[in-house]
Amino acid sequence: MNQKKEALFSKKNKKLITDPLDDNNPITVQVLGICSALAITVQLKPAVVMSFSVLFVLSVANVVVSLLRKFIPSRIRIIVFLVVIATLVILVDEVLKAYIFDVSKELSVFVGLIITNCIIMGRLEAFALGNPPWKSFLDGIGNSFGYAWILIAVAFFRELLGSGTLYGYPVLEKLGIYNIGYENNGMMILPPMALVTVGLIIWVQRIRNKKLIEPK
Amino acid sequence: MKVFRNLLNVIKPNFEKGGKLEKLYPAYDAFETFLFVPDHTTNEGTHIKDAIDLKRTMFMVIVALIPCVLFGMWNVGYQYSIASGESMTFIQQFNFGFWKFLPLIIVSYAVGLAVEFAFAVLRGHQVNEGYLVTGMLIPLTMPIDVPLWMLAISVIFAVVIGKEVFGGTGMNILNPALTARAFLFFAYPSWMSGDKVWVQNASVDGYSGATILGDLASSMNWQSLSGQWSMSDMFFGTIPGSVGETSMLAIILGALILLFTGVGSWRIILSTFIGGYFMAYLFNLWGYNELMSTPAHIHLMIGSFAFGAVFMATDPVTASQTNTGKYIYGFLIGVFAILIRTFNPAYPEGMMLAILLMNIFAPLIDHYIVQANVNKRLKRATL
Repeated sequence: MNQKKEALFSKKNKKLITDPLDDNNPITVQVLGICSALAITVQLKPAVVMSFSVLFVLSVANVVVSLLRKFIPSRIRIIVFLVVIATLVILVDEVLKAYIFDVSKELSVFVGLIITNCIIMGRLEAFALGNPPWKSFLDGIGNSFGYAWILIAVAFFRELLGSGTLYGYPVLEKLGIYNIGYENNGMMILPPMALVTVGLIIWVQRIRNKKLIEPK
Repeated sequence: MKVFRNLLNVIKPNFEKGGKLEKLYPAYDAFETFLFVPDHTTNEGTHIKDAIDLKRTMFMVIVALIPCVLFGMWNVGYQYSIASGESMTFIQQFNFGFWKFLPLIIVSYAVGLAVEFAFAVLRGHQVNEGYLVTGMLIPLTMPIDVPLWMLAISVIFAVVIGKEVFGGTGMNILNPALTARAFLFFAYPSWMSGDKVWVQNASVDGYSGATILGDLASSMNWQSLSGQWSMSDMFFGTIPGSVGETSMLAIILGALILLFTGVGSWRIILSTFIGGYFMAYLFNLWGYNELMSTPAHIHLMIGSFAFGAVFMATDPVTASQTNTGKYIYGFLIGVFAILIRTFNPAYPEGMMLAILLMNIFAPLIDHYIVQANVNKRLKRATL
């Protein structure tokens, strides 16, 4: 056992947060959680709400599972994960319904489907089960942010080009672009363009970050 | 020709290794080999030498498209003169269409080639000549009124997402020209469907410029339409529609050029028509809505069925490669085109979607054909 106390934000711990943002992004590199990235990125608002929900569920679930990790029999670990995640998701769902009902309606089934979001299951299995709570917490935060920025980036382009608004605010109309003959791109609202947008983000990311390119 | 050669020789040193514009060599190379037979020899592997290389093949398709282009230009003017009530001579009609259609061609080529050159320079490979044909096909599949910036965006989308992400010419799974059209169709549906876009300025005096397919999809009776459009209208193509798709005659001329030079596959063209006829005939027996009860041979003459079968389905990159596969591929295109037309009134132009769908399945068809052959031969082999 390593008795030496590690600093709260040691280099290693910082990496837990920064790694999922780029080098090991859950969506663009591990290709997890794609379904929600396609489904709720038509507008920015639901994407932001979804990001916060996942942030809460993932970081808390990581800590809880990490605390329990010595007591979970490995045969039933998936069921334990499910219980933990489901509890948290129900909490989130109730809060959303209570305070922002319209967004909650828009997200509809996808809040419930956070349970099946592969990112959460993946982090619990791959990280929280073998690491102390603080590290697990940081890992949860890092991965949620990695998920969130892709979600928000995709939603930004889809809302701007598809509906001409940003967070519900009619940006393009205020800029007067419609007067010179511009029209909203109906394709951006359809799910295929979410896939194409994610693909383009991956493309740009791999041009920038040479580490991601597999050796031939 | 001498002039070009001399000019090229003068500017060549700039583009060669060590020259000022070394990075732009792919662009220079594209122009040189476009004008002249390449002077360098291949230095590795065995190659089949033939006069008809990729550039000449593509050029034959352009030649085959000429009847459609010329007729389309005239028809634009002709439809306009009917809609506006202006009396125009034949030459005036052609001129009108020519000046309306020319910007579409220029934008399509300028934007598409700019993207191709940019990728060639960035990746340091030769400019692919695939765009020569795509650039002509795209404006031919457009309604004449389409705004130029929309055309430009769909061209960029088609070249980048439809082709370059897969590795450029020869690697794409979807037909780039149809990708452009599909993109426009879903992105700006008000410019790609309905009864206002097919004839220049159709909206001015409430003239209905709906295509025959559009009318049928909105439950107009076939009998009443056949009073408006005669069979020869459909054959010669004096009907509203996308620029290049209306005239059976021009398309047949193009098809003959493609078949005679061996560039297009007769298997695909034939089986597409058979598939379409078969499906339309089955629906005739059912006769549930107006599109179903439209006679089968009419189905093959309206919309872009013929144009798609001859110029789009035969694209050698995205079609099936095996001979048996080509029959299956073409047949299913015909079947799906009619199926989409009749069952989904929102998409009266099923041909585009049918070809794109079968583009995706073409490799799968080939896989099973090849595998079946392998299995057959394995059985025969004595081990």
